[in-house]
Amino acid sequence: MSGFLTELTSLLTQYNLIFLLKGMATTFALSALGCILGGLFGTALAVARLTTGPLTLPLRALALVFTEFFRRVPFLVTLMLCFFVFQFSGLDVSTFTVGCVTVVLIGTAFLAEIVRAGLQSVHPNQWHAAETMNFTLLQTIRYVVLPQAWTVILPPAFGFFILFIKDSALASQIGVVELTYVGKVFNNRGFSAGLSFGVILVAYFMLSYPLSRLGAKLEKKLASSRTR
Amino acid sequence: MPHLELDNISAAYGKLRVLDGIDISVGSGETVGLIGPSGSGKSTILRVLTGLLKPEAGAVRVGGEEVNFDRPAEIRRLRDRAAIVFQQYNLFQNLTVLENVMIAPTKVRGRKPREVRPEAEHLLAKVGLADKMDSYPDQLSGGQQQRVAIARGLCLKPEILLLDEVTAALDPELVSEVLDTIRGLAEDGMTMLIVSHEMGFIREISARVAFMAEGKVVELGSPTQIFDAPEKERTRDFVGKILRH
Amino acid sequence: MDYTFQYGQVWPYLPYLVKGAWLSLQIAFLAFCGGMLIGTACAAVKTFGGGWMRRGVNAYVVFFVNTPQLVQIYFLYFALPDMGIYLSSYMAVLLGMTLNAGAYLTEIQRAGFESRRQSEMEAAEVLGFSRWQQIRYVILPHVAKVLFPPLSNHYILMTLGTSMAAIFGVEELTGRAFNINSETFRSLEVFSIVAVIYVVVTLVASVLLALFGRIVFRAKMRVV
Repeated sequence: MSGFLTELTSLLTQYNLIFLLKGMATTFALSALGCILGGLFGTALAVARLTTGPLTLPLRALALVFTEFFRRVPFLVTLMLCFFVFQFSGLDVSTFTVGCVTVVLIGTAFLAEIVRAGLQSVHPNQWHAAETMNFTLLQTIRYVVLPQAWTVILPPAFGFFILFIKDSALASQIGVVELTYVGKVFNNRGFSAGLSFGVILVAYFMLSYPLSRLGAKLEKKLASSRTR
Repeated sequence: MPHLELDNISAAYGKLRVLDGIDISVGSGETVGLIGPSGSGKSTILRVLTGLLKPEAGAVRVGGEEVNFDRPAEIRRLRDRAAIVFQQYNLFQNLTVLENVMIAPTKVRGRKPREVRPEAEHLLAKVGLADKMDSYPDQLSGGQQQRVAIARGLCLKPEILLLDEVTAALDPELVSEVLDTIRGLAEDGMTMLIVSHEMGFIREISARVAFMAEGKVVELGSPTQIFDAPEKERTRDFVGKILRH
Repeated sequence: MDYTFQYGQVWPYLPYLVKGAWLSLQIAFLAFCGGMLIGTACAAVKTFGGGWMRRGVNAYVVFFVNTPQLVQIYFLYFALPDMGIYLSSYMAVLLGMTLNAGAYLTEIQRAGFESRRQSEMEAAEVLGFSRWQQIRYVILPHVAKVLFPPLSNHYILMTLGTSMAAIFGVEELTGRAFNINSETFRSLEVFSIVAVIYVVVTLVASVLLALFGRIVFRAKMRVV
């Protein structure tokens, strides 16, 4: 036990702590970016899937294939695909960029489904009323449906954000310096695996747990609030 | 020339035929009532007239112009001319009463809010809700919500107003306030097609009444004819049952 | 991008990949079954139990749900040997996935237990059902119907999650993709084929689960 404590104090130098915090920030940034950009693109895909008529059929098909594909391919495989696409394209981009593109692709697919479920949760009567008053699809969504659906969309979207914090650990595989990568660096510097990864587990917990509590509070608050 | 004319209209939900050769016309400023048992196709007629259901055959003419249901622009034009009020009011839950009335004229028609606002306020005053303009729909009674829905329809300045069982979802004591509003519209000369179960009201307000069953117009005539001296057996049965209640 | 796709070099590896997919499915299945055992026990403790057992279960669930599976497996694989416990990479992955699944499945099942409807149970009681009959005819069918869709969903997510076994050298689908990649260097071809295999496998699984759920539990499920 005293050996463990000595090792811990030698790990927790100012330099290492800053490195750890930077890793945490990168992990947070990666999933936040995936959720914000993914949320925007995902909303566009969800709307695309609600269009009708033969003209927009290719759009609907594309949105369907995109969401189904990226929801059914493992994070690691999507990551490798992005990594190699960038490698062969000859573009000189950082591994962080590759990681970002990966999380945005996956985030878009998952959030598209969350947004679609939210839009569909608004009663068909509201859609019909808008339709008979000549609202376009976009007007209906902007003025009538989204203002009612966001309370349904936000809790699962936030849940996905917290899930992403942990899933993005795989980005360490291509060398993105996020939390998990920091753990591997500690281990390579000679600290025991138990300590290195133990510290990383605690760091993830400190990131994820407060957010999940916040998410639970948010869900309760939204569930009890009015629809507006 | 009738203001609104349905000429041999047929329509179906999938394979289920719900309208079978409907002929009804409504003159300018006239009120026509539609009565009949549930599932007879009354409300379906209104769905066709608002472009929510495409007819399989027949023609709809407004002011003599036939509507081509394959052309979105013509459906939009139809919806501009005929506004509908639903049984379930269908007010936008996220908007205040005033916003509900103003949103379509401003956002869809692109008119200036400054210009629409006095009109909306005037209409809300007319339906007796001047003091509820900043309330949200879920803070109002059913009757109040239905009057907002009527004001919302009127603010689009339609030539024709379609009313779909607007009192069916209301508590009995709230029915009369809505009927009073509609009565006022009839006196103002609005062209209306009214689907309702309120037989007394239909009889009083309609110039002509159509009795429907199984997707067909069984009998069409003056209220006196339909309610007091129906020519068809089927009409007599229905009216007899209703009036005995 | 001047990259010429040459799938010809990779096609002969298809049977090898399919065998890898079979191993992925096995890992997911075993971890799911183990996770269900843990999850059911823990959900029962959380619903009916109390005191230190409940606190223990809470700590387990909260810890595993709030940390990444990958780092959990790193810990099992690299740190346990220091304590004299040696796990093969396969066992470390399986144990990690099982413990992780146990935590998530506890949460899912607890929500299902809580969805029991008081009114239905009162009706059953008034009708003279015994406690066991209430469980058999009222509670279980309802809980199964509520639980089946989220459990199926988690099973699909777990199938995708097995791909991280590749990082530890397990030769499941993704692991074999890395192997072929280092032999042929046809990276995009290999990983795109593997991606499509994952899509096909999980799509088939989703369809089967949805059919099963609809027929057996009358659960409302859709695939896309």
